[in-house]
Amino acid sequence: MLTISNLQASIGSKEILKGINLEVKPGEVHAIMGPNGSGKSTLASVLAGREDYDVTGGSVLFEGKDLLEMAPENRAAEGIFLAFQYPVEIPGVSTTNFLKTAMNEIRKYRGQDPLDAVQFLKLMKEKMKLVNIDQSLLSRSLNEGFSGGEKKRNEIFQMAMLEPKLAILDETDSGLDIDALRIVAEGVNQLRSPERATIVVTHYQRLLDYIVPDYVHVLYKGRIVKSGPKELAFELEEKGYDWIKAEVETV
Amino acid sequence: MNNQPNNDLKSRLLADFRTSEERMNGASKSALHQIRREALNQFDRLGFPTVKHEEWKYTNVNSLIKEVFEFNAPSAITLEDLAQLESSQLNGNVLYFVNGQYQPQLSKIVSPADQLSITTLAEAVKNTPDLLNQYFAKYADFQDNAFTALNTAFASEGVVIHVPAHTTVEAPTILRFISDARQMNVASQPRNLFIVDQNAEVKVAESFRTLGDQASFTNVVTEIVVAEDARMEYYKIQNESDMAYHIGTTQVYQQDRSHFYSATVTLDGGFIRNNLNIALDGSNCEAHMYGLYFPNGRQHIDNHTLVDHRKPNSHSNELYKGILEDRSTGVFNGKIFVRQDAQKTNAYQSCKNVVLSNDATMNTKPQLEIFADDVKCSHGTTTGKLNEEALFYLQSRGIPKTEAQSLLMFAFAEDVIKKIKIDPLREQLERRIQAKLAR
Repeated sequence: MLTISNLQASIGSKEILKGINLEVKPGEVHAIMGPNGSGKSTLASVLAGREDYDVTGGSVLFEGKDLLEMAPENRAAEGIFLAFQYPVEIPGVSTTNFLKTAMNEIRKYRGQDPLDAVQFLKLMKEKMKLVNIDQSLLSRSLNEGFSGGEKKRNEIFQMAMLEPKLAILDETDSGLDIDALRIVAEGVNQLRSPERATIVVTHYQRLLDYIVPDYVHVLYKGRIVKSGPKELAFELEEKGYDWIKAEVETV
Repeated sequence: MNNQPNNDLKSRLLADFRTSEERMNGASKSALHQIRREALNQFDRLGFPTVKHEEWKYTNVNSLIKEVFEFNAPSAITLEDLAQLESSQLNGNVLYFVNGQYQPQLSKIVSPADQLSITTLAEAVKNTPDLLNQYFAKYADFQDNAFTALNTAFASEGVVIHVPAHTTVEAPTILRFISDARQMNVASQPRNLFIVDQNAEVKVAESFRTLGDQASFTNVVTEIVVAEDARMEYYKIQNESDMAYHIGTTQVYQQDRSHFYSATVTLDGGFIRNNLNIALDGSNCEAHMYGLYFPNGRQHIDNHTLVDHRKPNSHSNELYKGILEDRSTGVFNGKIFVRQDAQKTNAYQSCKNVVLSNDATMNTKPQLEIFADDVKCSHGTTTGKLNEEALFYLQSRGIPKTEAQSLLMFAFAEDVIKKIKIDPLREQLERRIQAKLAR
């Protein structure tokens, strides 16, 4: 589904990703872990198409198509979703209104008819239950004055609505208490299916108690320095990142 | 050697005044005409402002005074011509003026006469001279403003609205001023007077439009008196051509416990200067001022506002927003004046701008002059580019960049537009903003 080969990216003159290789197949959940500043969020942003980064080398194929050539909106329409670490507040644009526009733009890209108001509301009601989000929140300006938990739930709600093939969760656990974390994780788990894949970017292991990964990768200094099964996450939790750093430095 | 060319706009206007005076015979002795003559003399003394004048620093009227205009030119406007302006269909009083002249055949007045007295200025001069003597030119100061002096000197047509005490006028009133510049350069100087008596309530909109590609010049002055406990909603809407010059002053005088709400929306116009001056000469008054300007091309839009808190316990609130494209320029100058007597004043001012092009310029100047010690005042201006984070967020959900930009800009503008309480007018503006954003 997703093939990242030797991906390199920089911001200004600073090189952040120094050759990432990663293969994600349908149905899989990959966790990307690593200390602060290792390039985790950069990887998520580059995949979603944020313009602040210059891709200086390598390639990313999504279902055989060159992802890096696509505008962010086309990546979304192809089925990629990024749950933001810091969802943006947008005054004057309600979640409902914006999401209806987004869904119908994606449907247009795919050659499907737009949803009418009734179909949209029905779908919305169904997905609201998934993340336990309130209607009144969705009528308000997008994320404006939302608590940290509400913002993250809104991200997962949008993900549920858009039903992406590949979801990238960027530090979705940051700033969440344990109850909010559980709700968010349940939302993600309910969307798991053999056709869909998820990349979970996180600093801590605790989110992985709820969203159990198939693979864990450790990103350090812009490279994936270690990959393993879910047990690798426990090891990191227990021992921290220092042993990985030491291992890398000696090589 | 010709330092004082006698063919410039000022000389021509002075000559026009004398010619018209000669034709007046006895009427030139009237009190009204004495005011006109005084205003003309003042205009003569002041002359047109240059950029050396602090209030005109960013708005250079040089190209305006080089144009030659036909004042109050005749127009053969038809209903088909009007249809192409796609104006909102309003269930209310609609008065049309073309090149400054009233068009009774296009106008309709639906409010009963005991609810609302609405006449043209020309009629008011004949029928209600006492009302004019009491209010006309008592508020819009022509001592310092050459354009107000000029308008006052030539004041002959416009609208006089009088809402009697304790009357709520249900139907909105819209005054449509059209410059028909299809054949030649045209100019007009509408003069309006709105008196909202004690505990009365009314909604009035002024709309300015252009037909044709020749130059037009509108120099409008509106005086508004909002008496004790009265409430007024006032909207000024401008959709003029790139060849249009517009200088306007709205002078508001508020008495105890009166409320005044205004929205000034300028979607198009070549060269625009709006002055909105509010004198809060009463306690427990409220004044709310909203503004939206959206210039593109080489359009220039200047909004000057002045709130003069003269008495205690009043509240003023101001929000102006601008979207600037291409090589356009915008000016916001907001002055808040709190006099020594005006204790417990609350005055807020905010001006927010989004500049969508590197070649567009926005000049903002908030000015607070506070002479009372127990007041709450704040002001803030921001000028920046479109929020790139918000844009990326919307794009990452599948919304194409241009649509995302429109969505963000529309939300930005809607903040002001939603304040307009005449529904068809607001809806029409929303459509026009969407259309301008989609270009």
